[in-house]
Amino acid sequence: MITWESFLETFETGSGFWNPLIWITAIIVAFLIIYILRGYGKKEYKENTEQTKVFLSGNPEYEKEQMHIKGSNVYWGFTESLKWVYKTLDKMHTGNVSDYILWFVIIMGILFILVGVI
Amino acid sequence: MNIEHLSQTLLTHSPALIVAVPLLGAFLTPLISRINDKLRNVFVILTAGLTGFLVLLLSYDVLINGNIHTYIFGSQDIGSPVVRILFEVDGMNAFMIIIGAILVFVAVVYSWAFMKENTGLDKYYTLILLMAAGMFGMMLTGDMFNFFVFLEITSISSCALIAFWTNKGKAVEAGFKYIVISTIGALFILLAIAILYGQYNALNMAVLADSIQYTFLDKIAFVLLIAGLAMKAGIVPMHMWLPDAYGRAPSSVTIVLIGTTQASLYALFRVCFTIYGNSLTAPLKQIGSVTITLNGLLGTFIVMLAIITIIVGVFMALKQTNFKRIIAFAAIAEIGYIFLAVGAGLWALGSDHGMMALKGGVFHIINDALDVGLLFLVAGAIYYATKETSLNRMGGLARNMKYTTIFFLIGLLAVSGMPPMNGFASKLLIYESIYLINPILAIVAILCSILLLAVFVKVFYSAFLGPKIPRFNDVKEVPKSMLIAMGLIACVIIFFGLFPDLIVNNIVEPAANALANNSNYISQIVGGS
Amino acid sequence: MIYNIPFIAVAALIMIGLYAVIFKRNLIKMVIGITLIESGVNLFLITLGYREGSTAPIYTNSPGGVMSLPVPQALTLTSIVIGVAVLALMLSLIIHIYRHYGTLDVRKIGREDEE
Repeated sequence: MITWESFLETFETGSGFWNPLIWITAIIVAFLIIYILRGYGKKEYKENTEQTKVFLSGNPEYEKEQMHIKGSNVYWGFTESLKWVYKTLDKMHTGNVSDYILWFVIIMGILFILVGVI
Repeated sequence: MNIEHLSQTLLTHSPALIVAVPLLGAFLTPLISRINDKLRNVFVILTAGLTGFLVLLLSYDVLINGNIHTYIFGSQDIGSPVVRILFEVDGMNAFMIIIGAILVFVAVVYSWAFMKENTGLDKYYTLILLMAAGMFGMMLTGDMFNFFVFLEITSISSCALIAFWTNKGKAVEAGFKYIVISTIGALFILLAIAILYGQYNALNMAVLADSIQYTFLDKIAFVLLIAGLAMKAGIVPMHMWLPDAYGRAPSSVTIVLIGTTQASLYALFRVCFTIYGNSLTAPLKQIGSVTITLNGLLGTFIVMLAIITIIVGVFMALKQTNFKRIIAFAAIAEIGYIFLAVGAGLWALGSDHGMMALKGGVFHIINDALDVGLLFLVAGAIYYATKETSLNRMGGLARNMKYTTIFFLIGLLAVSGMPPMNGFASKLLIYESIYLINPILAIVAILCSILLLAVFVKVFYSAFLGPKIPRFNDVKEVPKSMLIAMGLIACVIIFFGLFPDLIVNNIVEPAANALANNSNYISQIVGGS
Repeated sequence: MIYNIPFIAVAALIMIGLYAVIFKRNLIKMVIGITLIESGVNLFLITLGYREGSTAPIYTNSPGGVMSLPVPQALTLTSIVIGVAVLALMLSLIIHIYRHYGTLDVRKIGREDEE
């Protein structure tokens, strides 16, 4: 049966444990410490002067639509350096349904050989 | 008639009522929609709610009290030989119908506002209730040919729903691809059922499990069943229909489609563990001093396929720019995690860490369905508000849609396995038990989980963060019914994440025990009772 | 040997159907291939129930003798009905696809950019 104490028990795997309530208490204490430390900062600044404008190391600022990095450019370094993986993967995902059934027959053949011979 | 007697009657008949109530609702919906539109929406929500209540009643009795329910169509006693169609509900079935009930209720509440401007809505609601009836039938049945019939009902109604937006060519093509793949898989499953029937003169799962000897024809049937069900479940390299079907369907349809994919995965486990369970540990061949058993061979093959699934799913997800296709590839990777854990549990059958891996895999089924479902609902909400689906044209939406951003953040943390969400609890079980079997598998699994976090941080940055784009100045928050649906799933996710021990001991452990040990399932029907 | 001919026919039908689905490019030819596979599976189900020298299992007061099994015949009827429904759905989807794209070649449909 479900009792009220069973809501608070620790989750045990075979070789470790995890208790989310203790974790949340620790995170709340950490955030409190961060908030108190933030209160020691400077609070004065002058409005509508140079202090509140965007600073881009001296470069001019374009309009907002062009400043936002588009979705397909975000991980350019990763996709560019792994082009050999993506060339194989793109050739696999063709889009016609006959290739999908061909993969099914290939996997069925491999399973037949595995189960039948061994 | 008092409440006690009524609830006892409902409990006895609930396996049949869970399939019959959505079916009756599906046939009444076109009649009611001639009267009024709002009345039809309320009627569909009430039907889904009644089904959810019956599911909770049945699964409470099966999981907490530990009884196995059988429901025989047409008579009171089983008789010998077993010739009637019957539904048998043990721990694993009760676990799966909980998932189905949550997903169907959330989908119906979500489509109140999401589909409001479309025409042909009476057919839409009829098909969603038919799909729900087919899905519950797949999860509850104890008879092989009955499973095939419900599989076909589900695939026909889901195909019509995937191709719902017929004004675009892409959705119709995705529906055609789905029905071709689904029909060929189902026909090969029927071939395997016919081979098993010809040998043993039995269609009942428990009778088959009792009388299977591992002859040559049984091997052929085993291979056909595993290949056909794996294709329906989306394992690489047969996964390519999944991004098309999930990505081009309306979002409320996708969330019920996730439930039917998990039902095919459940059927795969039922075939491996229960029907062929007695011949899993028998030794097949001896090479030197190493004995090869069926569970070792099958476990190794499943683990290899699962690792390829995780890697291909994550790498393809990093490159896409369509919002829903990214989430669909992440769903493929999550199915890979479930397959990896259950394959490892099969390989180490009977030992302690094998049981732990099986528990992690079964727990991850419900976590995966909830997390990926929430992400698809958020994608639908953004499409409703801005009519955009490509990540290249979105930006800065967090100012206008605050609640949607919070729900996406919860879904992001849950899918990539960050504490304190439910994804972390099940992935912790998977990592620790896989590490004891082979350390390399655990390293690959953790790396791909970090890459999944990278994928969704990319989506979060492109869609929600950033400066205020003047084109989206008058984008408002989505209507309340969609927010209620998303909030319901987010509450369940947070509840599962905060109390994992409660969930694992009461819901997951009876299901994993029912899978690993098939003697209770058999003795309920054959011999004994 | 002569009693094995239906099983050989089943294997041949399924192989030809799979060949049509995998290697043909026209959508209608793929649908014909799926119908061939389904006919093969139905033939296999019926052949399982045949007993030598038997009559049809339709009598209430039987005149004696062996009858073939009725259960596979019921399963086959269900399967034929499901096949008809799936065939109707596939053909109506092909009509929609032709109206959008103007072609029935499987390598040319659905090639729009995913943007």
